[in-house]
Amino acid sequence: MNRLGIKTPARYAINATLIIAFIYWGYVITQGGMLTRAQNNIIIQVGFFIILAVSLNLPAGYLGQLPLGHAGFMAVGAYIGALFWRSGILSGYGSVVGGLIAAGIVSAIFGIIIGVPALRLRGDYLAIITLGFGEMIRVLIMNLPSITGGAQGLQQIPRHSNFLVVYICVIVCCLVIHMIMKSRHGRAILAIRDNEIATESMGINTTYYKVMAFAVSAFFAGVAGALYAGTLGILVPSDFNFMMSINILMIVVLGGLGSMMGSIIGAIVLTSLPLFMQGLNQYRLIIYALLLILVMIFKPSGLMGTYDFSMGHVLEKVGGWTMRSKKEGGASDDSE
Amino acid sequence: MTPNDPRTALLPERDIHKTPVMECRALGIDFGGLTAVDDFNITVAPTEIAGLIGPNGAGKTTIFNLLTKVYKPTRGAMFLNGKNTKKMNTIKANQAGIARTFQNIRLFKEMTVLENVLVGLHNEMNYNLLSSVLRFPEYWRSERIAKGRALELLSIFNMQDDASMKAGALPYGSQRRLEIVRALATNPCILLLDEPAAGMNHSETDELMENIRKIRDMFQIAILLIEHDMNLVMGICEGIAVINYGKLIAKGTPKDIQNNPVVIEAYLGKELGNADSH
Ligand SMILES: Nc1ncnc2c1ncn2[C@@H]1O[C@H](COP(=O)(O)OP(=O)(O)O)[C@@H](O)[C@H]1O
Ligand SMILES: [Mg+2]
Repeated sequence: MNRLGIKTPARYAINATLIIAFIYWGYVITQGGMLTRAQNNIIIQVGFFIILAVSLNLPAGYLGQLPLGHAGFMAVGAYIGALFWRSGILSGYGSVVGGLIAAGIVSAIFGIIIGVPALRLRGDYLAIITLGFGEMIRVLIMNLPSITGGAQGLQQIPRHSNFLVVYICVIVCCLVIHMIMKSRHGRAILAIRDNEIATESMGINTTYYKVMAFAVSAFFAGVAGALYAGTLGILVPSDFNFMMSINILMIVVLGGLGSMMGSIIGAIVLTSLPLFMQGLNQYRLIIYALLLILVMIFKPSGLMGTYDFSMGHVLEKVGGWTMRSKKEGGASDDSE
Repeated sequence: MTPNDPRTALLPERDIHKTPVMECRALGIDFGGLTAVDDFNITVAPTEIAGLIGPNGAGKTTIFNLLTKVYKPTRGAMFLNGKNTKKMNTIKANQAGIARTFQNIRLFKEMTVLENVLVGLHNEMNYNLLSSVLRFPEYWRSERIAKGRALELLSIFNMQDDASMKAGALPYGSQRRLEIVRALATNPCILLLDEPAAGMNHSETDELMENIRKIRDMFQIAILLIEHDMNLVMGICEGIAVINYGKLIAKGTPKDIQNNPVVIEAYLGKELGNADSH
């Protein structure tokens, strides 16, 4: 306990410092007028695509299921967040936080409603049912014009998403999922991916964990949706079509199913690509496809495989940390 | 019925006064038109090592799948510690005290050896989701205790040094041993081993025999094993049940079984002949 007591808080402190430094640095850069508007937009976009990819990686990578309706949960969150903010129930940061949480929770509830029947069954039912769900939500939004603005879109949404808000959500999302995965709950999820019958014979309620993974995933997809709404200020249902789900899945596959770091890098690469190929925009999809094919040929497990970045490992490699970590003697609890 | 009727003969001589840890009454299952197991009766005492033998395709693994509720029985009933398991699924059956290994190894291949055992210890830990996200003290305490316990269990087979290896990268024999450790981690009162010595050489098998006995003595649990290696079965089993074509054909002590003409006819003659010719 003592050795653990010395090392873990130190590592946590270093990680916290790095995170705060990153947020501060990003905030200064984005607010300081150093970047063009397009560059700023890309940075914000990268943020919510990281959340979307990291949250999809939970059921797709860690759990080994194939959800095809991530855009549906994003849509639920986007409209809930937008309506919450437009209603002006709360003000200031309370409103921002309230809207994000409401978006996440309603989205997670949808996740549970979809997940319970779909995940009780073995096989690929989840892919089909989530695909149907994604389309259904869009049609529903289109046909409720009095609430959602219908096909015309929902306008005058308060623009709450700045760098700070988006990237704090990014960090919360990554941390929460990371902490879950490095616990008995996360091990249960990974065990289901590796062998479901063996997991059941360990006395683990597999349905519970599948639905849980799915609900957490939907929660953060909802948050990302609300951030999306707060960035654009206007929502149209067609933003959340099937292609959006596929784009997110592509990021996760490209980065490496089951690697959070891969999802993050995938989101950065694929979202900022348009920035470097202006004028080539009509070839965007071709270039994506090409990229995906190349990765699948040369590194089928994705850019990062299942490797996950670990600040602990980096610190141990840099300088005199090695000695202290050896004393701890363990392998599995090295986090961040 | 005669005392030698395999359906009513009691398998164990041990602990005859105690509630059996497991009891099957006329268990049977059909797949479509095919009757894979029929009228299967067995009683296993709390600290007994029992064997289940029979030719390939006789229905042994199917019986394990029935006992662990992977399959629902078409007929009959099964009791764990006197409790009817009719309403249980695989998960509940494990929680009620039955754990198993698989003939075709089902490890969590992408996870480390230690993590495999920690999955087995899942229900021993009890911190909730919030505790894991916020890393409450109970998370650290629970994880530390579980890790210690896992290493302790691995040390039964002297595998503690492989803890950080990927399970899929272990040699075959070690994978079988890890499956036993992982099953033990769920704290069972009866452990089912499906061909634990398959693919092991002579010295490994001898070591396994010792370890199976050691596990029974250490944990005071019952062990029911399927095995083709007659040295192992005759060496450590106190009671043996023989099945052929899904039906019990004999039950008794190793000596009874070795001298039973029906068994020799159906199975043993051939197996022992093979063993001798090596
Ligand atoms: N799920 C299933 N569906 C159909 N037949 C099965 C199934 N499981 C087992 N069987 C049949 O039951 C019989 C017994 O198989 P098994 O229990 O694996 O034999 P063994 O004694 O070698 O372990 C075999 O004939 C097999 O084909
Ligand atoms: Mg078998």
